[in-house]
Amino acid sequence: MSEAILDSGATEAPGAKGLVDDWSRDKQVFGVPWGKAMMWIFLLSDTFIFSCFLVGYMSVRIATTDPWPNPSEVFGLEAFGVQVPLLLIAIMTFVLITSSGTMALAVNMGYRKDRKKTFWLMVATALLGATFVSMQAFEWSKLISEGVRPWANPFGAAQFGSSFFMITGFHGMHVTAGVIYLLIVAFRVKNGYYEKRGGNYEIVEIAGLYWHFVDLVWVFIFAFFYLW
Amino acid sequence: MSYVAFADRDHEHEHHDPDTFITKYIWSQDHKVIAIQYGLTAIFVGLIALGLSAMMRLQLGFPNDFHFINPENYYQFITMHGMIMVIYLLTALFLGGFGNYLIPLMCGSRDMVFPYMNMLSYWAYLLSVIVLVISFFVPGGSTGAGWTLYPPQAISAGTPGVDLGILLMLVSLAIFIVAFTMGGLNYVTTVLQARCKGMTLMRMPLSVWGIFIATILGLLAFPALLVSAIMMLFDKTLHTSFFMPAISSMGVDPGYTGGSPILFQHLFWFFGHPEVYIVALPAFGLVSDLLSTHARKNIFGYRMMVWAIIAIGGLSFIVWAHHMYVSGMNPYFGFFFATTTLIIAVPTAIKVYNWVLTLWEGNIHLRVPMLFAIGFIFTFIHGGLTGLFLGNVTIDLPLSDTYFVVAHFHMVMGVSPVLVVFGAIYHWWPKITGKMYNETLGKWHFWMTFLGTYAIYLPMHYLGFAGVPRRYFAMGNTDFLPASAQDLNAAITISALFVAAAQLLFFINMIWSLVKGPKSDPNPWHATTLEWQTPDHPPKHGNWGHHLPEVHRWAYDYSVPGYKDDFIPQNVPADKAPAGRDHGGAH
Ligand code: HEM
Ligand SMILES: [Cu+2]
Repeated sequence: MSEAILDSGATEAPGAKGLVDDWSRDKQVFGVPWGKAMMWIFLLSDTFIFSCFLVGYMSVRIATTDPWPNPSEVFGLEAFGVQVPLLLIAIMTFVLITSSGTMALAVNMGYRKDRKKTFWLMVATALLGATFVSMQAFEWSKLISEGVRPWANPFGAAQFGSSFFMITGFHGMHVTAGVIYLLIVAFRVKNGYYEKRGGNYEIVEIAGLYWHFVDLVWVFIFAFFYLW
Repeated sequence: MSYVAFADRDHEHEHHDPDTFITKYIWSQDHKVIAIQYGLTAIFVGLIALGLSAMMRLQLGFPNDFHFINPENYYQFITMHGMIMVIYLLTALFLGGFGNYLIPLMCGSRDMVFPYMNMLSYWAYLLSVIVLVISFFVPGGSTGAGWTLYPPQAISAGTPGVDLGILLMLVSLAIFIVAFTMGGLNYVTTVLQARCKGMTLMRMPLSVWGIFIATILGLLAFPALLVSAIMMLFDKTLHTSFFMPAISSMGVDPGYTGGSPILFQHLFWFFGHPEVYIVALPAFGLVSDLLSTHARKNIFGYRMMVWAIIAIGGLSFIVWAHHMYVSGMNPYFGFFFATTTLIIAVPTAIKVYNWVLTLWEGNIHLRVPMLFAIGFIFTFIHGGLTGLFLGNVTIDLPLSDTYFVVAHFHMVMGVSPVLVVFGAIYHWWPKITGKMYNETLGKWHFWMTFLGTYAIYLPMHYLGFAGVPRRYFAMGNTDFLPASAQDLNAAITISALFVAAAQLLFFINMIWSLVKGPKSDPNPWHATTLEWQTPDHPPKHGNWGHHLPEVHRWAYDYSVPGYKDDFIPQNVPADKAPAGRDHGGAH
């Protein structure tokens, strides 16, 4: 008696009731493929992980009795004889944001079924991601050579090193996983794997969701860690 | 990625039934097999936890008689008992077990949306259990930090299992969370996106609603546990000071500075309180279906029941600090958390009223599942009422860390969900195995368990008021306790051993049923929900044969006037039976 009404969506009651009816309609709540719905839910869960990390970091930063080091000095870099604060981080952030741009283009090309361009754009995204990770490795080794450790820090509170390595490490693992994920999808796009399965390139967008998320998280880490 | 899955395919082409023993029962991607794997593993560890509780009770009841239990062991038993019961038994059994079995069948899908990931979820869970069990046997034994694992003591010298025990515990928890996430994403996506035609959200059986919302809670709460586990692992292995303040431990300075133990408590309880509802909401859902089916009446206030589940789920994220009143906090925070805690009582009470009103004037069949369901109402009201005491700051302060708390949480999240687990196993056993069990033996099992648990936990309330502290190996010479408290403790121990022994009846019954039990009817309880309407009994791989079912009504059309039977299955079309009291269709 009701399926037709529920499917059409046009005759729903106004207000909150209509919202509930709409959400609880036949079969699917969201008009998206399963993989995409699942990726969204996973990212929501992952958001909670990163939030807990950041809240934990803020809380130890407040709790610790030793002074917190000044981030623009610790993360400064010497370029052409001048000390530039946050130089490396600025470049890293730029690289990662750029990779979001190439990813968005890849998604677009995927929907146009331009396999070649999709492939190259995804590879470019993955390369930018790998660049980010290697710059991070550089920064880690710089800090380590200056004596910063998870358990100790010559510039002040030990929690600085602990949270820094933990959070950027966890984020870096996400980027690394993303690079691998992107490369797998990219090569499958190239060798026609998805053609055999109905020629559906939604997977590129799903990978893209993950990638944008990892970028977004970086913006928060950047703000809370380097700018505060 | 939807092309690899087949949860909503009408015809089963390009899909082959697994045929070897290995693909069918071991590396299986069938949600029903995975459910059984989850269930058996969970029950297995649950038995370990039951054994541990028996050891604790032996010590508490007869303090001087069992020399093989020393204080270190006692703390290890407590910790592993609590952790296993809450996480590895109840969470895994409700979500991995019942969630896996019931969601696709009740929603009319062929399987979970990503069966392969679902299979990985089970194997990761098994790995976490193996790591947990290994921790009993490493040098120093398993951790004795209490199931809350509070630092600093969890990783400080003097606590049992401070070397490898706590390490394996944290690793095992992390693996469990990965396992849960892989399964949980499947459950949520399946409910949201892969229901059969006509199965609107507001027509879903409450079992699915309870499991669904509990899974969402898990996906949002386990992150806090994961993060605290990682940070504690670092404090332990890398000597960071997230949670560890500058302390002197047994006269030595372990070298920590400036960490915040309270931070751990916040993170832990931000997970821990929702965890209570991760265990409770599936129980609420399952018990609603048991009550309605065996009382031959529609559930009272279906929409209200759904909204209550959602409200409880939401509120459960803003009450966590009621576990931390004794840790000290700003009085305004105490006020806030006490208020939110008491507000949760409102939707909870709505649910209890609705269960009772469902029974009201019903045609009650006191079969085994129904006995357990009614038993649940008793124990849950009971535990819920003591929760109101503990939710208030001023009453909680003297009662905290006494046996009153032990009695409270065992009633509300120990006994109550376990009664539902048993009720639900008895209820769905015929569907899972195709066999019937022995009704009389089941009734004995119920009465011994139900009365026995009251004999265990009622006296504990009194002990708590008298001031007996929780987590004590022995009381020593305590003046404020009357000597009779020890007699009570001995009586509790005897009841506990009795209850533990009574569980043998359950296992005997189930084994008897598998070997010799009579074949069951495909729908022995005359239930309306889809899982009882499968073409094969028990359902085969793919669940629905050639055509997916189509749903035309809500899940509770019992005793609809003017129809030949006292139930109308959800897939009976509107022109074949009266409309009933559908809530999910036209309004
Ligand atoms: C016959 C069944 C059971 C018996 C006899 C029993 C007995 C006990 C005992 C003696 C303690 C230690 C109390 C203390 O000294 O402070 C305890 C703690 C606990 N039990 Fe049970 N229990 C049973 C079932 C359960 C179940 C089903 C759950 C599931 C939620 C559960 C959860 C816990 C928890 C969370 C603790 C606290 C552990 C800690 O303090 O770290 N128990 N139980
Ligand atoms: Cu709580």
